[in-house]
Amino acid sequence: MSTLTIAAQDSVTMLGRELKHTLRFPLLLIGSILTPVVFLLLFAYILGGPIGHGLGAAARGAPYVDFLVPGIVIMTVAAGSGTTAITVCTDMTGGIIDRFRTMAVSRGAVLTGHVGGNVLRTLVTTTAVTGVALLAGFRPQASVAGWFAVVGIVAAFAFALAWLSVALGLVAKSVAGANSASLPIQFLLPFLSSAFVPADSMPAGVRWFTAHQPFTPVVESLRALLTGAPLGNTAYLALAWSAAVALAGYLWARAAFRRGTR
Amino acid sequence: MNASTKHATRAAVSANGLRKAYGEQMVLDGVDLRIGEGEVFALLGPNGAGKTTTVKILSTLIRADAGTASVMGHDLRGEAGAVRAVIGVTGQFSAVDKWLTGEENLLLMGRLLHLPAAERRARAAGLLERFQLAGAARRLPATYSGGMTRRLDIAMTLMGRPRLVFLDEPTAGLDPRSRRTTWQLIRDLVAEGVTVLLTTQYLEEADQLADRVAVLDRGRIVAEGTPAELKRRVPGAHIRLRFADAASLGAAAQALREATRDDEELVLRIPDEGGIASLRDVLARLGEGVAVEALSIRTPDLDDVFFALTGHPSKDQTQ
Repeated sequence: MSTLTIAAQDSVTMLGRELKHTLRFPLLLIGSILTPVVFLLLFAYILGGPIGHGLGAAARGAPYVDFLVPGIVIMTVAAGSGTTAITVCTDMTGGIIDRFRTMAVSRGAVLTGHVGGNVLRTLVTTTAVTGVALLAGFRPQASVAGWFAVVGIVAAFAFALAWLSVALGLVAKSVAGANSASLPIQFLLPFLSSAFVPADSMPAGVRWFTAHQPFTPVVESLRALLTGAPLGNTAYLALAWSAAVALAGYLWARAAFRRGTR
Repeated sequence: MNASTKHATRAAVSANGLRKAYGEQMVLDGVDLRIGEGEVFALLGPNGAGKTTTVKILSTLIRADAGTASVMGHDLRGEAGAVRAVIGVTGQFSAVDKWLTGEENLLLMGRLLHLPAAERRARAAGLLERFQLAGAARRLPATYSGGMTRRLDIAMTLMGRPRLVFLDEPTAGLDPRSRRTTWQLIRDLVAEGVTVLLTTQYLEEADQLADRVAVLDRGRIVAEGTPAELKRRVPGAHIRLRFADAASLGAAAQALREATRDDEELVLRIPDEGGIASLRDVLARLGEGVAVEALSIRTPDLDDVFFALTGHPSKDQTQ
């Protein structure tokens, strides 16, 4: 067997381990569905009225829920980063990683397993949240090709945030710390993006940040695909940001994982 | 286990001048080791002496700052992959996956070792049986006792049929019964020809299991030999008598000529030839007339070994 085949086989083994963990303790999975659902209901039914009236041209005449759901979907993707940071940190603080390290197992397989697990879980949670959104009155206008693009962008962004949260889990000193470290990804960045309100409506300084952070083009591209609006270059920007975040997260995670062997 | 025949065999571990420091803190200060194949070798020392660091270096977990080592003929630095393929490590802290059942833990090891499915299942079933975990195979480790978790831990280490097994304080925190069970498991391993490097804080454990013992003190090996050789270098077991006053002490010292006397503490130490007979003889010679305030029997433990070999007590060496 070649090194690459072994690496792939080990990664699949670790992915299987990660999925078994999720099935055995689905609480984190349920949590990362419930949080976005609460925000969906909160914004759609309680805060959404005045926001919807204030949207003007940004909503293109559609109800606020259609504007909101792409943002909620991205928030769901971000919610998964908490789970990954926690599970990676749990691994690191137990003895199991040292056991893997003393076996002839390809080095990064355990991390690849976490990333793969995150992407698969995210596809489950975003599907569930989209289902609730449909019940709440969300009416997507996407074509079949559009839906495939939506899934692709969600998976790519999940992959990127997964590597970032693996790194956060590796550098965190405790499980609680890992959770706290992922909170900006879970809440701050979605709120400081165009997930809930258009970037134009924000104060000047925040507007600049919002326009130039990865969550915004990802939300914009999903919104365009789901509401049938012109896509522009948002999809390319979303994929480019995903690639950049994934690479940065991967390099950070790799360095942090190696540091454990000194 | 016949130690004399094993010295001639090939080296399972050969280490020269291993050094490791964390910042200012010197953890290993030039450790040399030679462990023959099939031998049980114990590293004996208090917390912080460098036992775990030695195990971590030899099992490829961390790198030494200086020194060279080969494990089962493979260079530690250049052929870490080959080393990992022939060793099994049970660390000081439980390395079981707490979210998988006992059986799933073993099967996970089998997958990572790339064993074929049939062999994986057969080997897991065999180990569960042998480690008395068959009844708990489908349960999560959270429901296990300390001894069961430790047994699962060791069973996971054995999934790959390692030729050299590292056991870092295998009985730390276990009750006496679990400790004896673990000892028996280690003896069974040795009977199969596996080389064992274990670390322990207990002289008794080294005595029970090891062919050879190295005493580690502040990152250096201060003594090495068979358990019998080491014990010969420390004051043996003795009976300790304490008296209420100098007059009683004097009278007792007259009756027990071989005793060493400590006037300050009002204590006599009589070498213990072993067993009840020795004790009965001492008491008979002492007679009815001398009032003894306290009697105790002391067998040499790590503290005694340490004091004899290093001149300082074996207190915790972590800082």
